Amino acid sequence: MPEPTSQKIPVTVLTGYLGAGKTTLLNRILSENHGKKYAVIVNEFGEIGIDNDLIIGADEEVFEMNNGCVCCTVRGDLVRILDGLMKRKGKFDAIIVETTGLADPAPVAQTFFVDEDVQKNARLDAVVTVADAKWLSDRLKDAPEAKNQIAFADVIVLNKSDLVSKAELAEVEARIRAINPYAKLHRTERCKVALSDVLERGAFDLDRILELEPEFLEAGDGHDHHGHEHHEHDHHHDHDHGHGLKHYHDEEMQSLSLRSDKPLDPSKFMPWLQNLVASEGQKILRSKGILAFSDDDDRYVFQGVHMMLEGDHQRAWKEGEPRESRLVFIGRELPEQTIRDGFESCITAR
Amino acid sequence: MKDFQAGENTGSIVSVTDKVRQVNIGAPVTSVQFLGDNAAFVGAEENVYLVNVQGDVSRVAVHSSGILCATTDGTRIVMGGDDGKLVSLDASGEVKLLATDAKRRWIDNVALHPDGAVAWSAGKTAFIRGGTNEEKSFDAPSTVGGLAFAPKGLRLAVAHYNGVTLWFPNMTAKPEVLEWAGSHLAVTFSPDNKFLVTAMHEPALHGWRLADARHMRMTGYPGRVRSLSWSAGGKALATSGADTVIMWPFAGKDGPMGKEPAMLAPLQARVSTVACHPKQDILAAGYGDGTVLLVRLADGAEILVHRNGSAPVTGLAWNAKGTLLAFATDDGEAGLLEV
Repeated sequence: MPEPTSQKIPVTVLTGYLGAGKTTLLNRILSENHGKKYAVIVNEFGEIGIDNDLIIGADEEVFEMNNGCVCCTVRGDLVRILDGLMKRKGKFDAIIVETTGLADPAPVAQTFFVDEDVQKNARLDAVVTVADAKWLSDRLKDAPEAKNQIAFADVIVLNKSDLVSKAELAEVEARIRAINPYAKLHRTERCKVALSDVLERGAFDLDRILELEPEFLEAGDGHDHHGHEHHEHDHHHDHDHGHGLKHYHDEEMQSLSLRSDKPLDPSKFMPWLQNLVASEGQKILRSKGILAFSDDDDRYVFQGVHMMLEGDHQRAWKEGEPRESRLVFIGRELPEQTIRDGFESCITAR
Repeated sequence: MKDFQAGENTGSIVSVTDKVRQVNIGAPVTSVQFLGDNAAFVGAEENVYLVNVQGDVSRVAVHSSGILCATTDGTRIVMGGDDGKLVSLDASGEVKLLATDAKRRWIDNVALHPDGAVAWSAGKTAFIRGGTNEEKSFDAPSTVGGLAFAPKGLRLAVAHYNGVTLWFPNMTAKPEVLEWAGSHLAVTFSPDNKFLVTAMHEPALHGWRLADARHMRMTGYPGRVRSLSWSAGGKALATSGADTVIMWPFAGKDGPMGKEPAMLAPLQARVSTVACHPKQDILAAGYGDGTVLLVRLADGAEILVHRNGSAPVTGLAWNAKGTLLAFATDDGEAGLLEV
């Protein structure tokens, strides 16, 4: 994307299973006195109690790109609406796209990867998922959509946390972390969360792919998870980190992190990554990485949604900064050993 | 336009930039239409700017917010807005409200028939209102991407996901569906009524020969095709989307099937708008860097109308006689050329 990111309108995707509290959060964003004006793309008119001529009804129409890739789906209605909204540039500061409770966030995100006109004017800021503390554990068992939304999230608003016991809250958080250890998680009552925690996150900004560390508990609880992070995370058994958080393994959806302090061979790594997303892209929901290539003084960063990848040299490695490559994949039934072996084969022999 | 003198010395391009009457619109323009000899610059929001040959500008308020689509039959411009309204504007500056969407949905597309019928769409629904003011509607399988009236009879092409539906509002027969996977946006009939062409969401055109629904794939564009214009007599279809004007030949019975398109007026910028002269084999092309060129179809000779260095050209039109060319850019720079 050659255009400067700052001039593009940020777009926040708001997902969440039925009844989790998306509309509550949306109403808060629109009614709070923040001096910003939001254009909102919703599925159901009338749920929002605020009169605003920048609330637009959408049809969630997904179509397949004609490139032979079945998971290359985009939201055609979103392309149309964003195009129309750009005629009123300057009348709003940001856009929020609310999806239905049963929606897969991927087509929305992919729209920003494939559509040239959308990319020119707007940028995907983050996928924010509102989850119901009381019912999420059940939904993760019976609703694949709910699991998708958690796996895809950059920010999770764990709502109605006042309606469950501490033990139940710990349980649902552990379930979330089993699927997605990387999203920022906020416990809320009635979606009371600082808007700066859900908006303007820059989660899809390549320059801000810095935090690839899992978030196990809220920041500042003093625990040190570097101890196990230097080695690969073991997902194969439930264990206790010593700070009260159970560690679950989700049979279907999981994350995989890879790490190497030896440089990668770009002539091996790039084809490997491209082949991996081409063959396993339906299973891989999100991918991100910071890479150290041999004979390259710049950090390379990439991110992907299913089969779509974007990447670029980001900046020079700093003096004293460990030249370490880190990759994260979140997906369903990831072929873990194949991915690990493939990654190992890209590490230079030196 | 009798004297297309592009000059034989190809070293420097002939320029008519000093003959262009500058018009200051001062607001983004999304299309240009002609009402007789008055140029109408349709703004991105709220207003149309009517400009006479002398260059006098009068602003007319037509919508309360964004203007999403506009078309003309030469006597009136009909526009749809994100205020859910369909309005018309005539050369005298009179604005009429033609329809208001019951759910205040965006009016995304509009088309005009020479006999006065108007068609528009909001979401999946296409509406048509004929001369008798009777209104009919048709629900497409997905959101309507584009509308076009056939040159003969009352037949409306409705573009949508995975194809185009040909709807005969005055007949009870089931609408005919032309299928092709993907999202179809702008749609146009060839002037001889033999072919139908859509611009797709992906950088390609798709066409059908109407007699047998035979497919025509027109691909190879680096960007989405947003502007289509039939040359005089419908011999070729000029298109934007590449760094040259791509002209598909439609003179034969097979249309462009098995033929190479002509590639005219290459620049280091992408063509954003095309407008063929109504009578002669000349076209005007606007580019993403603000350049406007006149191009002779026979040999590709070029005349410079507007230099580069501004916002993309978003509007370009000839009057019906072909004596006036109007252009405008996304940031409201505009000009009129008498040829």
